[in-house]
Amino acid sequence: MAALSSLRVVVPQVDITRGASGAQGAHSAGAVGDKAFFGLRSGQRLGAEVGRVTLRGCGVAVPAGNVRATAAASKVVKEKAKSEKAQLLVTKEEGLELYEDMVLGRSFEDMCAQMYYRGKMFGFVHLYNGQEAVSTGFIKLLRKEDYVTSTYRDHVHALSKGVPARQVMAELFGKTTGCCRGQGGSMHMFSAEHGLLGGFAFIGEGIPVAVGAAFSSKYKREVLKDDKADTVSIAFFGDGTANNGQFFECLNMAQLWKLPVIFVVENNLWAIGMSHYRSTSDVEIWKKGPAFGMASAHVDGMDVLKVREVAKEAVARARRGDGPTLIECETYRFRGHSLADPDELRSPAEKAHYAARDPIVALKKYLLENELATEADLKSIEKKIDDVVEDAVEFADASPLPQRSQLLENVFADPKGFGIGPDGKYRCEDPGFTAGTAQV
Amino acid sequence: MRVCLQRPTILFYTFIDKKIHLGQGKGGCSVRRPFVHASPLSRGMADVAVVADKMNVRDALNSALDEELTRDPLVYVMGEEVGQYQGAYKITKGLLEKYGIERVRDTPITEMGFTGIGVGSAFYGLKPVVEFMSINFAMQAIDHVINSAAKMLYMSGGKISVPIVFRGPNGAAAGVGAQHSQCFAAWYGSCPGLKVLMPYDAEEARGLLKAAIRDPDPCIFLENELLYGVEYPMSAASKDKDFTLPIGQAKIMREGKDVTIVTFSRQVEIALKAADILAKDGISAEIINLRSIRPLDRPCINNSVRKTSRLVTLEEGWPQHGVGCEIIATICDESFFYLDAPPERICGADVPMPYAVNLEALAVPTMDDIIRIVKRCCHRGRAAA
Repeated sequence: MAALSSLRVVVPQVDITRGASGAQGAHSAGAVGDKAFFGLRSGQRLGAEVGRVTLRGCGVAVPAGNVRATAAASKVVKEKAKSEKAQLLVTKEEGLELYEDMVLGRSFEDMCAQMYYRGKMFGFVHLYNGQEAVSTGFIKLLRKEDYVTSTYRDHVHALSKGVPARQVMAELFGKTTGCCRGQGGSMHMFSAEHGLLGGFAFIGEGIPVAVGAAFSSKYKREVLKDDKADTVSIAFFGDGTANNGQFFECLNMAQLWKLPVIFVVENNLWAIGMSHYRSTSDVEIWKKGPAFGMASAHVDGMDVLKVREVAKEAVARARRGDGPTLIECETYRFRGHSLADPDELRSPAEKAHYAARDPIVALKKYLLENELATEADLKSIEKKIDDVVEDAVEFADASPLPQRSQLLENVFADPKGFGIGPDGKYRCEDPGFTAGTAQV
Repeated sequence: MRVCLQRPTILFYTFIDKKIHLGQGKGGCSVRRPFVHASPLSRGMADVAVVADKMNVRDALNSALDEELTRDPLVYVMGEEVGQYQGAYKITKGLLEKYGIERVRDTPITEMGFTGIGVGSAFYGLKPVVEFMSINFAMQAIDHVINSAAKMLYMSGGKISVPIVFRGPNGAAAGVGAQHSQCFAAWYGSCPGLKVLMPYDAEEARGLLKAAIRDPDPCIFLENELLYGVEYPMSAASKDKDFTLPIGQAKIMREGKDVTIVTFSRQVEIALKAADILAKDGISAEIINLRSIRPLDRPCINNSVRKTSRLVTLEEGWPQHGVGCEIIATICDESFFYLDAPPERICGADVPMPYAVNLEALAVPTMDDIIRIVKRCCHRGRAAA
């Protein structure tokens, strides 16, 4: 049995009620999931193990305070892991979908590197090689109308979310057929149709935006009384971002307002050349969730199936209205920070260690060992993806550069900037409107 | 070798030991054991720049930082990637090796935090040089730049001064998109209490940075990424370790009698080339390199316009409320009747910087734009005497 099948997720049971009585659990009354990972069961009294508890699997002592793990929770984790061994984590279709998505991400990024060195792409290009399991594991569980925000390392998030490879490549080439008409570039991928809200050069900027999208979903549900509004939003960001003030502010507000957002930390240990250990006082990012009363988890981000299991739980929680989750994914980028980064500070031993844990290779092994797919299936997927990426490059090459007139477009939504009149239409469309008259 | 050199590695190892005691990390555990990383320092790669007859702007800035760190132990450098990575643009290369981790501090990605820390330390007499990887990132810290630093001396009734320098690359680069390409000269220039410096060549970069570090007021030092690698000749005086340039004084790069072009930073280079071409068409352009946006060298600009009677301002930033507006206002205030033609502004396009390469070229002034506008200015209105 492949090692991937045993689920090793370490989750502290978060108790948001301080004080002695755990019975006033302030959380979703109805949806008491049978999963003890994240759900706080209403009315459940806290177990006897209060104080220092050893979390299973790693022997890390967790101090008391907001985090109290119950004995029941650890037991459920153990049992679940045992029963998982007998079951496969994905069906054949799902497995192939995941494989295809990861291979698309990898091939696309490799092609980006080639195109950059040939001068077709310029500026800052940040590649995602090695981290595909995180993007695929989470985004493939989302619906089209769910939201995703990212940082500058956003090509693969865009592809996983469904933005066609052609549009992403054209955007990278700066052509008018790109998803942002060539105006955004590598770091600013947006797609209203696919719920991709960026693409931000400033790390940390995407987190409040994702929380805001989650806010809009909750608002529609509660204020506009739209029962179908249960979109979820995910913010992807890195270990460096977890030191930024916006991150903490959003953890607080998302938990306070119980917004349907998932914070995914792609901890690849390096922020350009700054090691996570040199810049962070407490390196375990998942521990920052419980400080705000938020459920959080740490997962092996080089393993797409583990990521997917955790993601399923988090997405289900958010859709139910149970609030946000913070998930730290242990992952690694095989290439430098950007294509201009000499990447001299990371040791070859570290790179080799993670190269051996290549998520695509691991999934391939799992699929073959569990006879979910044959070599031929996988080869045909790889061939298909090669064609898709080549086609994307040809399309981008053949597309025209933006017209001169496009320079001044899209600054305002309002065509002339005069605002909207009492009839609800743009004032500039009203033939009776004369510019510069305050009275009108 | 100084003890400081060894310290980064020693800290690292004690950290690892502590973590091993806490957990028996075996795959899936949340505590990862850090690998040992070779530092470029141990490979002898990092060397502080040496002052020479020709230097590029990067080396000039490096030499200025080096000399000021040596001269005054209260000076320290702080920012993202300034230490082990040798600087995101290599401006601070070799400084960590020479001065140690207390004086060349790598920070986490916390602009608001470390800028505030820098400002607070400056209240108590330290002299921080805070590097922003891009001045665009200073927007995350602008509260401290303006509210804590620029306004402090005034709010405290003259009691607390803030001898801090904020520096970083400003303005458009090549293909870096809307969030990395904004020019902040006008925004910072409008704030009283903040000195805003924009050097052009290597000598100015060196002299102005040294002056800014020695200055008792908060200075923001706006560099240009595209100029970092460009070499310029250095005068003999500029090699001296006490060489500083005066703040608030512009330099006339080229004398002329038909039109005054006022500009700063990278556009100086383009204006000089345009002036050569204009000279062939019989237009003698006087080029003023502002060097300092605040305080603005109003006498220099006014004297020049009184001589030439025509004004063209040139900048890469956005037109509305740009630096050009202030220059034109000062001329209208003091030298209006000397003008023979309406003053012209050449600015960047009034849009966020697009990514597409052809649109980006349209969004920044080019030599053709300068030539066209100057000719228009010169052929409009009364002919110059």
